[in-house]
Amino acid sequence: MTSRTTSRITGATMRPNRAAIALRRTASGVGNLWLLALVLVLWEIYGRVSGSLFVPPISRILQNFGDVWLGGPASHLFLSDLFWSEVTTSLSRFARGWGLAVVVGIGCGVVLGRSRVIAQMYGPVVRFFAAIPNTVLLPIAVQIFGVASNMNVFLIFLGSVWVVMINTADGVAGVDPMWLRSARSLRVPRWVLYLRVIVPAAAPQILAGLRVSLGIGLILMVISELYATTEGLGFQIVVAQSSFRYLDMWSAFVLIGLIGIVLNLAFGRIETRLLRWQRRSGLDAL
Amino acid sequence: MNVVVDRVSKSYGRGAEAREVLTETSLTVRSQEFVSIVGPSGCGKSTLLMMMAGLLRPTSGEIRLGDEPVTGPPAGLSVVFQDYSRSLFPWMSVRRNLTTALTASRLGKEEQRSRVEHALESVGLAGKGEMYPWQMSGGMQQRVAIARALVTEPTVMLMDEPFAAVDAQTRADLEDLVLRVRHEYDVTVAFVTHDIDESVYMADRIVVLAANPGRIAADLTVDLPRPRDQVETKLDARFAKLRSEVFRLVMRPDTPATT
Repeated sequence: MTSRTTSRITGATMRPNRAAIALRRTASGVGNLWLLALVLVLWEIYGRVSGSLFVPPISRILQNFGDVWLGGPASHLFLSDLFWSEVTTSLSRFARGWGLAVVVGIGCGVVLGRSRVIAQMYGPVVRFFAAIPNTVLLPIAVQIFGVASNMNVFLIFLGSVWVVMINTADGVAGVDPMWLRSARSLRVPRWVLYLRVIVPAAAPQILAGLRVSLGIGLILMVISELYATTEGLGFQIVVAQSSFRYLDMWSAFVLIGLIGIVLNLAFGRIETRLLRWQRRSGLDAL
Repeated sequence: MNVVVDRVSKSYGRGAEAREVLTETSLTVRSQEFVSIVGPSGCGKSTLLMMMAGLLRPTSGEIRLGDEPVTGPPAGLSVVFQDYSRSLFPWMSVRRNLTTALTASRLGKEEQRSRVEHALESVGLAGKGEMYPWQMSGGMQQRVAIARALVTEPTVMLMDEPFAAVDAQTRADLEDLVLRVRHEYDVTVAFVTHDIDESVYMADRIVVLAANPGRIAADLTVDLPRPRDQVETKLDARFAKLRSEVFRLVMRPDTPATT
């Protein structure tokens, strides 16, 4: 009874405020962006005043960005051929390495989270690898795979798998025992228990691990391409830098930043969607 | 199908620290019967129910469903837990929650669908299958839990203080709902509650437990006419008499009966 009346009241008071909320959102958007705008303006001024070859004004970088990465036909979404060849190369390495890390990390994490014995046996190994700075593995990866795509994939995988595994193991070990009891009393088959109960119940922590690993994976994608490769975004940066094409270098840098932002936004969307159920309060909270 | 509790004891802990929560308890819930189990807190009523559900093992004694000893959650037995928010799976839609309960019974798609629709209709949630538990009020969520228990068409349904977390009006609605679906599904019910009125209103028989250690203090037959009615039944003199008797047994176990 009470919950309905309250919801009606809040519903009624909310509606005229829609415009105000939209305004506030725009204002907070401006608030978030002003610092970026300021930095860009200062960059522009510095670039023009100093005339430095190494730090060109941002306007010229963006113009170069347009020339190099954009300008393709509509069928290519207005993106240049270079964009398609380099970005797909890099992102496909990232997708293979990170995808494998997600599958292996969640798989092993579930096993570690479910079995105290296995966790005690292998926990130290996992923590050891997780503690190693990932870039240290780079020479080893080159040693094993040579200068080939598999090296990049391997490094991205090895760098991002541990944080996924540890978060999954913690999440799985912390699943509310009431849900497990409920599943047991429903006599669900083992695969249902794991795929439809344990993993979704641990999803908040698993996704937190995935978000961190996404960043690590992107860093390793670029670093491994800076170090040893013959194509890809990181490679473009190295080549431009070593042939004194600083505008190209900076515009590749901008592109990598944008890719990072887009991937993070996409991940955030998926995360919100998957974790809608966490707003457990539901109608009771009204 | 009868549920037989045969000289069951349950202790937690070992050796000198062992605490006996239930001692040498025997009880039979007969087929189609509705038995309330009521008692003061700490009398082991929920423990008893969880053992009947095969979710806890007795320290000694045996529980049987029909002739089969219960060693794990048996087929044909469903449980409705007290805390719906921690027993329903909030990441699944209502429909998915119900079909998950059916995965063990290996039914065809069509049969599953019609069972789910029927169960939702029985609890007054027809057409709400696509909602998620977090979009529902507590009372609605507990209806979903009841539908999930019924969708497997069990012979026995165990309910562990199912309405402890909902408000009084919703509680009355849900009580009447359970009394109705019990006939619709021909199900035997064991119903744990700490609410004395509720224990009398619902049951054919009331088992009163005493605490420290948990044991059966009384086994009372409820001779109130059915169908029960929230107003009429509670005006009945027999209701008042049973209610005070159970109250005395639960709240003042040391005073002798006055009648």
